Amino acid sequence: MGKRINRQSVVTLLGVLLVYAIVQGSILMDILPPFVALTLIQVCIFIILSTSLNLINGITGQFSIGHAGFMAIGAYMAAIVVVKFQGPLMLALLAGALVSALAGFLIGLPTLRLKGDYLAIATLGFGEIVRIIFLNMEYVGGASGFSVPKTITWTWAFWLMVISVVIIRNFIYSTHGRACISIRENEIAADVMGINTTKYKIMAFTIGAFFAGLAGGIYANYLYIIQPLTFSFLKSFDILVMVVLGGLGSLTGSILGAVVMTVVSAALSGWPEWRLVITAILLIVMMIFRPKGLLGTKEFSLSFLGKKGEKNASSKD
Amino acid sequence: MPLLKIEKLSKSFGGLKAVSNLNIEINEGELIGLIGPNGAGKTTAFNLLTGVYEQTEGKILFQDKDMRGLKPYHVTQRGMARTFQNIRLFSDLSVIDNVKIAYHQRSSYGIFSAFLRLPSYYVGEEEMQRKAMELLKIFNLDHKAEEIAKNLPYGEQRRLEIARALGTEPKLLLLDEPAAGMNPQETHDLMNLIRWIREKFKLTILLIEHDMSLVMGVCERIYVLDYGMIIAQGAPDEIKSNPKVIEAYLGEEVV
Repeated sequence: MGKRINRQSVVTLLGVLLVYAIVQGSILMDILPPFVALTLIQVCIFIILSTSLNLINGITGQFSIGHAGFMAIGAYMAAIVVVKFQGPLMLALLAGALVSALAGFLIGLPTLRLKGDYLAIATLGFGEIVRIIFLNMEYVGGASGFSVPKTITWTWAFWLMVISVVIIRNFIYSTHGRACISIRENEIAADVMGINTTKYKIMAFTIGAFFAGLAGGIYANYLYIIQPLTFSFLKSFDILVMVVLGGLGSLTGSILGAVVMTVVSAALSGWPEWRLVITAILLIVMMIFRPKGLLGTKEFSLSFLGKKGEKNASSKD
Repeated sequence: MPLLKIEKLSKSFGGLKAVSNLNIEINEGELIGLIGPNGAGKTTAFNLLTGVYEQTEGKILFQDKDMRGLKPYHVTQRGMARTFQNIRLFSDLSVIDNVKIAYHQRSSYGIFSAFLRLPSYYVGEEEMQRKAMELLKIFNLDHKAEEIAKNLPYGEQRRLEIARALGTEPKLLLLDEPAAGMNPQETHDLMNLIRWIREKFKLTILLIEHDMSLVMGVCERIYVLDYGMIIAQGAPDEIKSNPKVIEAYLGEEVV
């Protein structure tokens, strides 16, 4: 406490800069195979998706599986701004994220009255509705897809990912984040402690949708073409698997989950029929040996680098 | 003007009248007990007061304001806090986080300060940390601040629940069977604690209890509830000798 910059955050920052520099360097020197570059940007996109879903599922404890729907809204909105209105990339990404957040807010109002399985079904339905709307919209190309120029570079994807993760982390370790966690822990007690549980559920949902929309925008401006089929419920499940694999409620777990799953998918890209099989086996093994996910609700920390007193930096800072 | 005035309060679940025609008046600074046999409607009365249930009939006036239709978080923000019969801590969180959550409603910084870690975030968090630690110190839990709540011994969990309720800075504290599951020594300590926090925080306390020694020991006035109705009220000594109360607790004497 008191000390706003500790050794741990300096080390983290250096690590982030190092990762960026190595990848950017190898891109500049043209030694990075294009397939690896593609995978790295996908890792960034999925990290944004998994951490934002974790905010809803792991931190607030509301089981949502419609994240691909928000991603689709962000992707199509950003694509419309870029292609139809020739808007700048930054504006397009922001528009996508904001419209997605608005959708999250509007969907959250009625559905967050539901609990558990019912909420899961409602959000699943929402995701599919979004996909089918885009499928039938000739304005954005319908089933054949919507071509978008590729403007996202590693620099964009990486730093947008870092900013997203930092903002989500800052939210979680604030009094507002604690309010969300208290809902997960015991909703009745949270209510009695003066926390407007509905407000915070919707807030988490909206913030989650915002970042899913941002990730969608990055995706759209990177892959030349977006198709409704990309945003099917299988995508939602992919993101959910990353969150569960890493540990519900652990931000670093979600990052780890996103990295592992994206790399595994990429490595198996030669045998697409095996991808889902391996994912399923991975999850089953996980549920047997580590049902709480790789990191549980804990955060990976660099505390062993710090002196005493910084041990609980994650819960104190 | 009484702090809390309950007028003709009733609650029915279908055909069952859990509470009927309840009249209670509590003045500022009093320590009142609400007792009664199992199923008499005590906890229902608490749930009505804190907005968990809505009354079928009657009125609850807290500081002269009607509480009808308020959500539990709203009731808490108005200055009424409670504990639960079966402890409801945020059991996987640290002790200090439990208390900090109670301070949330008075947090001083907004969500954008949180996103961007503006200076107001640091000021707000430091203040919350300080207040929470002070409160834990009062309850002698400060050395366990970083422990996970569910790992505390039972008695300390009870104390933490009271501390957490006080974190919302209430005027009226409702304690639902605070001594449940405690041994006589712990009950005795709890009695002193209740007396002491009343002085320290200038509280008004309404407590539900089964443990007669606790109720008779600390309460100034007692209401006795049976089958959802008040059957007696008065000072502990009057209650002890009231034949209706004895009948409700022990059954009628067979001659």
